[in-house]
Amino acid sequence: MDKLIQQNPGAAEVLARLSTAAPRKLGRREFFRATGLAGGGLLLGIALPAGHRFAQAQQQRMVYPPAAFVRIAPDDTVTVLINKLEFGQGVMTAMPMLIAEELDCDWNKVRAEHAPAAQVYAHPGFGIQMTGGSTSIASSYTQFRTIGASARLMLLQAAAAEWKTPLERLDTRDGVIIEIGGGKRRAPYGRFVEAAARLPVPERVGVKADRKDFKLIGKPTRRLDARDKVNGRARFSIDHGLPNMRVALVARPPVFGGRVAKVDDARARAIKGVQAVLTVTTDRGGSGVAVIADGYWPAKQGRDALAIDWTLPPGVSTPTQMAQYRALAAQPGRPARSDGSPEAIKTAARTIDAEFEFPYLAHASMEPLSALVDLKSDRMTVICGSQFQTIDQVLTAQAAELKPEQVDLVTTYAGGGFGRRANPSSDYLVEAVRVARAMKTAGIDAPVKVIWTREDDMQGGYYRPAHVHRVTVGLDAKGAPVGWQHVLVGQSILRGTAFEKFMVKDGVDATITEGVVDTPYRLPNLQVSVHHPEANVPVLWWRAVGHTHTAYVMETLIDELAAAARQDPIAFRLALLDAQHTRHRAVLNLLRERSGWAAPVAKGRARGVAVHESFGSVCGHVVEVSVQGKEIRVHKVTSAIDCGTAVNPLTVEAQVQSALVYGLSAALHGRITLKDGRVEQSNFHDYPVLRLPEMPDTSVHIVPSTAAPTGVGEPGTPPIAPAVANAVFALTGKRLRKLPFDLAAA
Amino acid sequence: MTTLNVNGRTVTVDADPSTPLLWALRDQLQLTGTKFGCGIAACGACTVHVNGAPTRACVTPISALAGAQVTTIEAIDNDRIGRAVQDAWVRNDVVQCGYCQSGQVMAATALLKTRRNPTDRDIDEAMGGILCRCGTYQRIRAAVKDAAKSLG
Repeated sequence: MDKLIQQNPGAAEVLARLSTAAPRKLGRREFFRATGLAGGGLLLGIALPAGHRFAQAQQQRMVYPPAAFVRIAPDDTVTVLINKLEFGQGVMTAMPMLIAEELDCDWNKVRAEHAPAAQVYAHPGFGIQMTGGSTSIASSYTQFRTIGASARLMLLQAAAAEWKTPLERLDTRDGVIIEIGGGKRRAPYGRFVEAAARLPVPERVGVKADRKDFKLIGKPTRRLDARDKVNGRARFSIDHGLPNMRVALVARPPVFGGRVAKVDDARARAIKGVQAVLTVTTDRGGSGVAVIADGYWPAKQGRDALAIDWTLPPGVSTPTQMAQYRALAAQPGRPARSDGSPEAIKTAARTIDAEFEFPYLAHASMEPLSALVDLKSDRMTVICGSQFQTIDQVLTAQAAELKPEQVDLVTTYAGGGFGRRANPSSDYLVEAVRVARAMKTAGIDAPVKVIWTREDDMQGGYYRPAHVHRVTVGLDAKGAPVGWQHVLVGQSILRGTAFEKFMVKDGVDATITEGVVDTPYRLPNLQVSVHHPEANVPVLWWRAVGHTHTAYVMETLIDELAAAARQDPIAFRLALLDAQHTRHRAVLNLLRERSGWAAPVAKGRARGVAVHESFGSVCGHVVEVSVQGKEIRVHKVTSAIDCGTAVNPLTVEAQVQSALVYGLSAALHGRITLKDGRVEQSNFHDYPVLRLPEMPDTSVHIVPSTAAPTGVGEPGTPPIAPAVANAVFALTGKRLRKLPFDLAAA
Repeated sequence: MTTLNVNGRTVTVDADPSTPLLWALRDQLQLTGTKFGCGIAACGACTVHVNGAPTRACVTPISALAGAQVTTIEAIDNDRIGRAVQDAWVRNDVVQCGYCQSGQVMAATALLKTRRNPTDRDIDEAMGGILCRCGTYQRIRAAVKDAAKSLG
């Protein structure tokens, strides 16, 4: 996404259209109100650097309010406001590290909080406040360090003025201002914060040029949110409450877009604790029935007691849909890349013709969706774990017939998300606002928390789309590729959304072709085309988006070519990569070295490798598998990643592990299927995810780099499934072309 | 009215007797550290201790808890083993999103109360029912062993 935005200078503009208004200056008082920071501690105002590479997409220099990112209290506690969602990826640790590196404060006194929703917190590249595309650290690297450096300079200037000493005589160490020579005075930052806050923000300020000066960046650093997450104190979206709050569960149509024809709610209303049963508009023009109660349990009992007749639109059935996709895949679609000649493949000595199938996948975050809405006549508070603060603020405002600036969107911790909480249609939040409005109409003046059950969450749509790929590779007599024809079939994620304008070109959604059209391999006469069939199943990005299927196809086919050429899979890949692909080469070489690739593997096991670039980083895995009966066991994973500068190596390791577990869950178990429009899976018993006993022994190796940071949250996902499939081939001679893996059917 | 003993306190809850302990804790007692993940005892996010035994609060009705001692994540640091588990979790930087970790800590604490030096198989059995979508399993395994070591 990052790359796409850079290639589409209009992107930020289009997204900014969604944002509250042109950047505006918030008064100090207004800012205090907006952030709820009034009292306790002083604020330091910092502007965003204009020269940042992400800032180039923005047409105008933004005017930033004071006090947006750093708060230094009189006790020297430094609180960093995080303009992202912390949902596991560690932004609440790595982003404060960036500020603390330059602020030169005592790390033990650093805290982090979610920032409110406001234009000042817009993503420097995307122009809206959001978390996604594995860009949090990459896009904040210069911004946050500059904020830290500016804060430090302002403190030094304040100290110089008070002590009447030249600035050059002053230095800092761990949150203390030190006078060199002269009176050798020392004082903690807290003493100068008030004076510093009155100074103008420096126009230009440098950051450490020599990484040898880094004290924090590159140092494995434990999470700041760890203690609160092991003692129950961390509050997630679903944990929040307000005085007099009601809980609502919504009976949604069993087929997307269905409507209530008739409802018998007599039994539901009779349940103690149920206050109202209200028909509400649901996502995609549907309607449903909300049960309003004084807690989850009565709301659930009430919902279970409803008898609803539905009017349902025609629905998808998976076998029919996949047959349709396979038929489409046999024909070329809209061109996405056309190199050389489509005829070249006719000269091939032999061809490999392969068809791949990928199912819909649910995000299945541990925390089911929820939204807390407090709707007043001229103001609304929305509390949720939002990945898309700006969009969520705008669309909830629209649903409430308010202006975006009348909506206080409060970001909380989220128990995972993986893309589900970044919905261009804000489905679950808009629905909660409709529930709140229906309550108002019914005379219930109270905040409401809409809770989704696991079944609601699993069956509520917005899946990773299902796909079929059909690929024909032509090989010459020596096994080298001479032509590659590739047809992809899958719903467009972005059609009909605000992102369509700059991420869908000539009818091709860039989120389906990423990972194929930008392949690093030397593949002559590459012809890629796409079909985007319509289907009544809502789809969305899912950790690593298009790469989740494209990496599988590319990396298993490259493996097949290596086998056809009777070459070592790593050596074959290196030979197919031109010299400029230094990062792929470094990752492959590191994998070879650290996985013991050359050493014999234990009896009954085999190794497989895959490497893939996504979100600006290159990540690869070598896996060791065995097969017990029809079951694939993954014993060991050696991972290597080039993510530029690893700001917090402990986070990088955790995210690569996390991403590969997420991908492994999908490869081994994940499948959403539909019958007559109804989703067949409902909970973890029929949508299993990886459990601790299945966890392979992993080791993560980071390619040393001085380049700017690139993505970390997602790049570990794409290469895991193909690495396992390649190992299974090495062990069994079977090529797995359908996910999730089913050895019995292969 | 149902009387419960939660974290050493006697409390009364005005809720239908069929109400799962999870929702009595979360909605009535404002103890939100115990998490809702699946509602069918399939994910372990709601794990609490009932008379010391790890129990899925989402399928345990309050009517079944007369005379029982319920311990939740909010009070587990009063327990020497619980505290050691939490410390090991922090030392090993286990958490990511953190949503499942209340259940993980409660399950690990219960394990270490019965097995001071758990084997990998013990850990698989005790922790295998607590799902984590962030994939923190490797560090969980290390932290359980580290906690055991710290307890001597």
